[in-house]
Amino acid sequence: MDTTNLLEVSNLSVDFETDQGLVHAVRDISFSLKPGEILGIVGESGSGKSVSMYAIMGLLAANGRIGGGKITFDGDDISRGAFPSEKAYLHHMNHIRGNKMAMVFQDPMTFLNPLQTIERQITEPLLNHTSMTRAQAHERALELMVQVGIPSPEKRIHQYPHQFSGGMRQRIIIAIALANNPKLLIADEPTTALDVTIQAQILELIRDLTRKSGTSTIMITHDLGVVACLCDRILIMYGGKIMEAGTDREIFYSPNHPYTRGLLSCINNPEAEEKELVPIPGSPPDLLKPPMGCPFVDRCEQAMKICKVRMPDITHLSDTHSSSCWCNEVLRRQAVAQTAAEKNREGGRA
Amino acid sequence: MNGGHYVEISHLDVIYDVTKGVFSPKQLVHAVNDVSFTIEAGETFGLVGESGCGKSSLGRAIVGINKPRSGDIRINGQDVTHLHGRSLHDFRREVQMIFQDPYASLNPRMTIGEILSEPMVIHGLHRSPGAREERVTELLRTVGLKPDHVRRYPHEFSGGQRQRISIARTLAVNPRFIICDEPISALDVSIQAQIINLLKQIQKERNIAYLFIAHDIGMVKHISDRIGVMYLGHLVEVGDSSEVYFHPLHPYTKALLSAIPISDPDVGKSRKRIILEGEIPSPLNPPAGCPFSTRCPLADEACRRMPKMQQFGSHQVACHHVNQSV
Amino acid sequence: MADINKCEAVLGIPASEIPEEWFERLSDEEKDSEFVAMQSKTYFQDTWAQFKKNRLALASLVFLFILILAAIFVPMFSPYTYDGQDLMHRNAGSSWQHPFGTDKFGRDIFVRVMYGARISLSVGFAAALLNLIIGVVYGGVCGYIGGRTDLILMRIVDILYSVPTLLYVILIMLIFGSNIFSVLLAICVSSWVGMARQVRAQVLSLKEQEFAQAAFVLGASRTRILFKHLIINCMGPIIVNTTLMVPEAIFTEAFLAFVGIGISIPMASWGTMANDARSLLMLYPMQMVWPVMAISLTMLSLHFIGDGLSDALDPRKR
Repeated sequence: MDTTNLLEVSNLSVDFETDQGLVHAVRDISFSLKPGEILGIVGESGSGKSVSMYAIMGLLAANGRIGGGKITFDGDDISRGAFPSEKAYLHHMNHIRGNKMAMVFQDPMTFLNPLQTIERQITEPLLNHTSMTRAQAHERALELMVQVGIPSPEKRIHQYPHQFSGGMRQRIIIAIALANNPKLLIADEPTTALDVTIQAQILELIRDLTRKSGTSTIMITHDLGVVACLCDRILIMYGGKIMEAGTDREIFYSPNHPYTRGLLSCINNPEAEEKELVPIPGSPPDLLKPPMGCPFVDRCEQAMKICKVRMPDITHLSDTHSSSCWCNEVLRRQAVAQTAAEKNREGGRA
Repeated sequence: MNGGHYVEISHLDVIYDVTKGVFSPKQLVHAVNDVSFTIEAGETFGLVGESGCGKSSLGRAIVGINKPRSGDIRINGQDVTHLHGRSLHDFRREVQMIFQDPYASLNPRMTIGEILSEPMVIHGLHRSPGAREERVTELLRTVGLKPDHVRRYPHEFSGGQRQRISIARTLAVNPRFIICDEPISALDVSIQAQIINLLKQIQKERNIAYLFIAHDIGMVKHISDRIGVMYLGHLVEVGDSSEVYFHPLHPYTKALLSAIPISDPDVGKSRKRIILEGEIPSPLNPPAGCPFSTRCPLADEACRRMPKMQQFGSHQVACHHVNQSV
Repeated sequence: MADINKCEAVLGIPASEIPEEWFERLSDEEKDSEFVAMQSKTYFQDTWAQFKKNRLALASLVFLFILILAAIFVPMFSPYTYDGQDLMHRNAGSSWQHPFGTDKFGRDIFVRVMYGARISLSVGFAAALLNLIIGVVYGGVCGYIGGRTDLILMRIVDILYSVPTLLYVILIMLIFGSNIFSVLLAICVSSWVGMARQVRAQVLSLKEQEFAQAAFVLGASRTRILFKHLIINCMGPIIVNTTLMVPEAIFTEAFLAFVGIGISIPMASWGTMANDARSLLMLYPMQMVWPVMAISLTMLSLHFIGDGLSDALDPRKR
């Protein structure tokens, strides 16, 4: 195992108990994150992208449970199995969250307390996790507000969340998240609720902060544009599984998985002159009864019989690029057959 | 028709009274401010802008959900702002609307069959039950759904499928003009393309005009023939879609375009952005003169006056500094 | 040909050993791309399934059902009537002839309690029904029309609500006399207000929903939008409110009867029976216990049913 990784997730599964039965939201996913890296997790609704992050942070809803897997964060095993009791696990996670690990949510108002001033809310993680005095925490809060670009912090620190606009609230959330210089920042669709011009401001801010402080960031989004502009490495999730992983250029310029290719062809690149959008037919799978094989099989143009019954193994296309698709096995067989044929031909000639 | 345009909107104002309580001072939001544009039959006119810019209010004013304060809306030569009775009922068959949220736009207590036959009941079309059933089947096929779903309830369908049902419902009355109010923004990426292609195909077959309202200027450019850009209730730029996209003239259009995250890492990461300072002003208290002047990098004394819409090549732009670069 | 239903053969083996035939393209028929959730239950089936999970509510429903049957059939087949006096057997205790004993005129208390059930339950259900109709229509109209109409209509409601119920009761008794109609009127005159307020609040938020606007754009009439689109979507709270209205009305009726306002003797509701038993409370407490128990059990069971329904109808409480 590479010890330089900040976060290492292996074989993580998450299930939810619902009225209709067990929903397998995340099934057996593995990935890692290096210090200072911005990782994008792309997927549609129900792909398990947010749930897997909530599982890592220990923030699953009451009916959710981690089905198995190992999570190592900063050299520290934080999977549920590593703790003797639920209480010990939650206690440890409370200690890590807001301290070494922080999260930015899609809707700032679900996270901000409408009855407390911004000062209370920014200083809270400082007072909880460090030995700072109130005065020091106040100074640090002002500093953070400047850092995330909130104008006239001395005045605004005493205001309440409703007195800020959506973009400003998101900045406050980022300030709270950054309070204790976290090693890992998880951003769950932080710009989805914002307008394009405000989104550009927030993305710029996240990029700057990551570069300056060396924080690793996981960016959960459905917007391929956002990952392309921000992320170093990308995971593509579908139906609770990771379909493809690679660097930004590998994913965008040489996608391997049919789902990734489908996604890229159905987003519209306005720079290119008039081209028809090629949508992916059908709709996402029912996670109550996840398919035995590849979750994408019913929408895939290249689906084969094997896809229906067995999940493909991960094929490593380069050090950083991997994909789970049976098409790679087909290609391998073709290559083998070709070499064999060439050998035969050579043999025949000789 | 008198040789004019199919849809002609002139000097439209929509004002909301948001006064709280009986005795508080009057508070008015000027949601749509002196907006004029035209749409031809069978054409798609895209309307873009950020939240609160008035684009949805404008769409809702056309179908009569909001009453405009002043101005004219002419569709097919007929002034539709003062319709009632029989002529209003007939107007409903001409103009329809597709809504943003596929989860909220279908009545959860009605089956798909009931939802699709409701327009026929209201307008007395296809009077026999058999004919209605046949028409429902035909509508479902048009939007790519299986006809055996008629007895199901909306919650059994995914977002994209519900949006198809919404589209089928509007088609039930054979409209010639459909207002699409952010029809794809609540959908997943892979589904958005399905809906866009469906809308395009329907337009081709039936020669329907669209007013396509969205905040995603990329998608709007893809589907529209012409684009209008709105900011704080004002229309700031109108032109052919690729003209506006590739050669924007208004500084706000330029900033909006440069803010789009392009899904191409090499272009996206290296591109120089115009990052606008600050936030959109509150519509309760708009700036005097040009609405964009508080955030505009070019703003100066001249911008205290409201700029007029002027023709520049194939664009119409409302700006005092069209020829300066940002 | 590889059969996708016989797949055990390819599950445990290395990928390179999977037979070539498994790599044939899947035909479109073999995919089910347009996924639609299983045919789910209708609204009422779903509510019933949720309701059944609540044992207490289910038991209450059974109790209420039995009570209604008893109220209908016991007086029909019993040898005694509610006003048949038997002066030889006054103030008798429980026996096989008189399961609940007899009162001071020798009337069979069991039969009287069942007669009382007829009256109390009828009053309860009738009041709930009136409450339902007036409240829903009034609230629906206020919420849907809105604006000035809403303002005026709701102020009227506020005024109605601010007058104490007892004052209405006395006024109504003065005008219409002491009979079951007056009791019903007295119960309904202010109780529909709660329902109206609730329906108005629901309609107010529902009418901004896109499906209501879609119906408007389609040209649906106001009545159609109000009833087919708005009110049907607040059925949950309406049903719960109506269910809880029944015990409230039964209680009010009993209370009015107990203080001497209400239906006239020898007819008996549970309240009048309790009132009658008051004078002999120290000597024959059981005469008081039977009607009071009937009131309490009915109220309890209706409350449990209401609770069960509100849980079953509110998806947030699952």
